[in-house]
Formats: sequence, structure tokens, C-alpha cells
Amino acid sequence: MREREIIVAELTQAWQELVRGFAHYLPRLVEMLIVAFIGWMIAYFLKLLVRSILGMKKFSKLSESAGTTHFLHQMALPTAPELVSRFVFWVAWLGFILLGVSILPIVALQDYVSRFFFFLPRLFVALLILFFGSLVAGFFSRAALLAAVNANFRSSRLLSFAIRVMVSIFAISMAFEVLGVAEQTVLVFFGAVFGAIMLGLALAFGLGGKDLAREFLERKLSSSKKEEKEDELSPL
Amino acid sequence: MAEETLLSDDFLRQLINVGEVDILVGLPTHNNAQTIEPVLRAIQAGILKCFPRERAVIINADGGSHDGTPDLVTGASIDDVRNVLKIHTLRTLHAITTQYAHTPDPALALRTILAAADLLRARACVVISPTSTTIDPDWLQRLARPVYNDGFDLVSPLYRRQKFEGILMSNLLYPMTRAVYGYRIHEPFASEFAVSGHLVSDFLNSEIWNEEWVRVGTEVSLTVMALTGKYRTCQSFLGTKAHVDRSSSDLVVAMRRTVGTLFASLDRNRPLWSTINDSKSVPLVGTPSETEEPEPERIDRKRLWEMFATGVRELEPVFRTILSSTTLAELQRIAALELTEFQYPAGSWATTVYEFAASYHNAVISRDHILQALVPLYRGRMLTFLLENRSSSGKDGDKMEENVEALCGEFERLKPHLLKLWADRR
Repeated sequence: MREREIIVAELTQAWQELVRGFAHYLPRLVEMLIVAFIGWMIAYFLKLLVRSILGMKKFSKLSESAGTTHFLHQMALPTAPELVSRFVFWVAWLGFILLGVSILPIVALQDYVSRFFFFLPRLFVALLILFFGSLVAGFFSRAALLAAVNANFRSSRLLSFAIRVMVSIFAISMAFEVLGVAEQTVLVFFGAVFGAIMLGLALAFGLGGKDLAREFLERKLSSSKKEEKEDELSPL
Repeated sequence: MAEETLLSDDFLRQLINVGEVDILVGLPTHNNAQTIEPVLRAIQAGILKCFPRERAVIINADGGSHDGTPDLVTGASIDDVRNVLKIHTLRTLHAITTQYAHTPDPALALRTILAAADLLRARACVVISPTSTTIDPDWLQRLARPVYNDGFDLVSPLYRRQKFEGILMSNLLYPMTRAVYGYRIHEPFASEFAVSGHLVSDFLNSEIWNEEWVRVGTEVSLTVMALTGKYRTCQSFLGTKAHVDRSSSDLVVAMRRTVGTLFASLDRNRPLWSTINDSKSVPLVGTPSETEEPEPERIDRKRLWEMFATGVRELEPVFRTILSSTTLAELQRIAALELTEFQYPAGSWATTVYEFAASYHNAVISRDHILQALVPLYRGRMLTFLLENRSSSGKDGDKMEENVEALCGEFERLKPHLLKLWADRR
């Protein structure tokens, strides 16, 4: 009989503690949910705002001219404005959720929340580097392509692609360095890739293109050989 | 005048010593020692023969020659010419040389000459190319007389050329200028021309002078200003145009200086050209004389065909941003043709050029890249022109003129397409 009373008392106490604990957390949980909900609304508003700003003609042109639109299309990804607006939505909402979580008295989470907010500026800088990197890569690869085609260079696309890859790798490695992610690995990877490309080019030109190089030098140095006839026509 | 800052103190001092002049002859040079002497002699003889009583000066704007070109200009004695012609001028013929930069910049050279003409209040400013070895003393009269005596503001040249020379001029610059601005001016980009002091002054003082496209393509800008500003313009037949050897890199440079400037001029002048529906002829001063047509060069057509086909294939991603899908599909169809049946029709070429102009206006990609992307397509049009006119000889030159006329007709017929593109993408 006494044992039964003890069990009931324990259960009652446990229930009361649970209720007390729940009553203690409930307002904070509600606060967190309210913050998350308001955050969702703000994030959604930001998404619409960013989408409408980036939907403007200038950004589309910029994205198109940088080759980003073409790249995204090939990867079956949404358009650049849609992608950026979605990213802004999730970053903003995640930020609000973590802000809400920080209201809850869970000590273990506090550290992660503060780390996230510390990480955000670096994330934006890294994204900016990637964006401008893609612009620069697009510009230089197109410039190389046009120059190579107009000079009747046979592997124009390959040259253009190689320049795009090199500039992109450079931008990605810079972005990773800003994020502080796998700095050493990225550095070694970048060095290895860059070195490999240079070595590959040197070997390709030295072994595969020795005749081409000789022919080129002969043409340049010999005054007796005339250039192709098409070039002698004056366009004006 | 702001342009005075462009002129060095030494050059200004020399100009002040000369004082006001009636006729200024400008010679923009860079390493032209091989050709400058006959050109200079022809200029001197032209002045002695046609303008013995006028105050004249020769201004040489040099871009850092290493072959002694400026020395040849200043050292050329007019006495030899006097003795040959047995004519004596009443005035001293001055020859001044100035180095405007250490590297050649044709636009800056021309700007220096125009600034000097403005400073010396020249009534007529004649510009002569130092490579025009076919020049004769009458050229000066044919260029300067309409300005000096007849009140024209711009005298544009007409040449007899080797039949495949100047294809960019006959297949793009002339037809487009004619369709857009409504004047049949055959050489919108001229290496020899004459302008009135009035036009020089207006040109230098206009606000467009600070714009990049004017600085790069001063010759075309001057023509466009004369056509849009309702200045009196005429054409004068000079004679045979000298052949100038060029390398392929010159084609891109030529595109920038001419086509780029023409495209850029459309932005500012849109209210004017959008109302022009037809074209009228420009007065011709003098009559084209029967001169022998130079022998045509032999041209590697296969290479042109390959470069066009490769360009269309390799630059497809670039063309997607510039051209409509219909035009791109048409280009791909043409690129698939064999050399024997190759034809880039006039209508397709006109549409292509208009779409490039609209893309240039909208700057869909870097404007310089747009011009570079036009180069392989121009090669395709060049090939068609060569194939169409391979049988026409000097006496049968009318056929070539008919082909150019037909092309101009296509540019005029398709002008609404350009207007539509402009309206759509604004």
C-alpha cells in the first residue's frame, strides 16, 4: 500500500515538474514561434524585393553577359534572380529561427547561434567574390574566344573554357579562404590544379606544337613569306 | 578654346608665328618615310598650282615615328616643286610638324589637326593620308575648292578602287549610313577629306566631342555631324585609291573606328534618323575620270569560307545574346553551305547588322565584344561579295555597283526592323 503511495507521489511530482517546466518554456516557445513567423514574413518580403530588383533589365543583362544565365540553364537550375532571392529568403529565415532559438534557455545552442551571426558577413563577402568572379570569368573567356576566333586559332573554345575554369577556380579558392573552410586543402588544390594546367600547356605546346611553333616563328621572322591574301585586302 | 590644351607650347608657338591661314593641309603620320615624299610633293604642287595667292600651311601630326618622317616633312624644299611647275607663290608655304603622342592614335592626330585649323582660323582644312601614293596635285583642288569657293562644309572623296578593296565601306558603312541618315555618301570614313572652318569649330566645341565614340572614330563622327547638322556636304572624285597592306588585326581596329562609331552615333541621333524613310544623293563635284582600275588581288576564298563557318560555330553562345533566333538559324544554315554554293544574302546581312546595332545600343555584352563578334560574319559577307562580282571587270564595273545598290536597297527596306528592335529593347 505504502509503495503504491510512493509511486503515485513520485509520478505526481514528475508530472508537476513537467507541467512547471512546460509552463516555464511555453511563453519562450511561443516567443520563438512568433519570431520565426515574423522572420518568415520578413524573409518572404525580402525574397520578393530581391526578386523584383534583380528581375530588372540591368541585372538580367549583367547575368546574361557574364554567362551565368547560360550556365544555370545548362545545370537545369532556376534563373539567377530566382536563385539569389531564394538564397536571401533562407538566410534571413534561418537567422530569425536561430534568433528565436536563442530566446530558449538552452545553453548549448547559444554558442552555435552566435557563431552563425559571426559567420554571416563572411558568407556575404564570399558570395560577392563568387558573383564577381563569375563576371570576370565570363568576360575574359569571351574575350579570349573572340580573339582566338578572329585570329583563326583552331581550339578557340578550349582556350576560352580553360580561362573560365582558371578564373573560376581562383574565385572559388578566394571564397573558401574568406569562409575559412579547408584553407590548406583549397590552397594545395589550387596550386596543384594551376601547376597541372601550366605543365600540361607547356608539354602540349612543347611536344605537340613544336612544328606549329617553328612555323609560327618562321612566319614571323621571315620577311620573304607574305601573309594570307585575305588580310591584304583593305576593308576601308 | 579647350583644345588649346591639346597642343604643346612649342607647337602653339609655331602656329602663332604662322598666323591666320586660308587653307590648312593636315598630314597625320606614323613611320611613313617610304611614302611621304611623293605625297608631300603633290600637296606642295597642289597649293602652288591651285592656291598661289592663299595663305596655306601644312601641319604634320606625327605619332612617334622612328624612321624620320617628321624630318622629311620639315626638310622638304618647295623650291624643287617651284622650279618644275614654274609657278611662284605670293605667300610663304609653312610646314610644321608636331609629335602629338609617342604611340600612333589616328583620332588624336586628326584632333590635333582640327584644333590647329580652328586656332589658325583656316577657311578650309584638308586632310591627306600619307599612304596615298596615287595622289596628284589636283586632289588638293578637288577637295579644297568646294569648301573654299563654293561654301560646302564637308567634301567627302570618291575613289576608283581595286574592285575588292573597301568591302567594309561598300557592304556596311555606306549602305547603313545611307539607310539610317538618308544621304548617299559613299565614303563615310574618309582618309582624305576637306572641312570648312565653320564645321571644324562647331565640331570641336560640340558636347559630343567628349564622348568616347567620337574620340575613337573622329572621321565617321565628323561625317555624321555634317549629315545630321544639315551642313552642306558634297563628294569629289579624286582618282585611284592606293592599296595599303593590312594585317588581320587591322580588321578589328577598323571595326572599332568605323562600325563602332556609326553604331554609337545612333543613340544620340535617334530622334532624327527614326523619321527618315528614304535617301537622297549628295552633290558630286567634278566628274569621275576614266582611270585604269588597279589589278585585283588574288584572294584565298576557301580561307574566308572556313573562317566564317568556324566563327558561326564557335561563337554561337555569343551570337545567342546578340541575334534573334531566326537570324542565328539563318547564319547556321549559311555556314553549312559548301563554298561553291555559298551565299550570305543581302537581306540576311542587313538584318544581322541591324541586330548587332541594336545589341550595341543595349550593351547586351561588352560593346567591344559585339564589334569583334561581327568580324567573322563580315568575312562571310565579304566572300559573298567576291563570289558575286568575280566576273565583273573594270569595264563591267556596273554589275558591282548594281550589287552594292541592291544591298543599299535591302538596308533601306529593312530599316523598320531596326526601328522595331530599338523600340522593343529600349
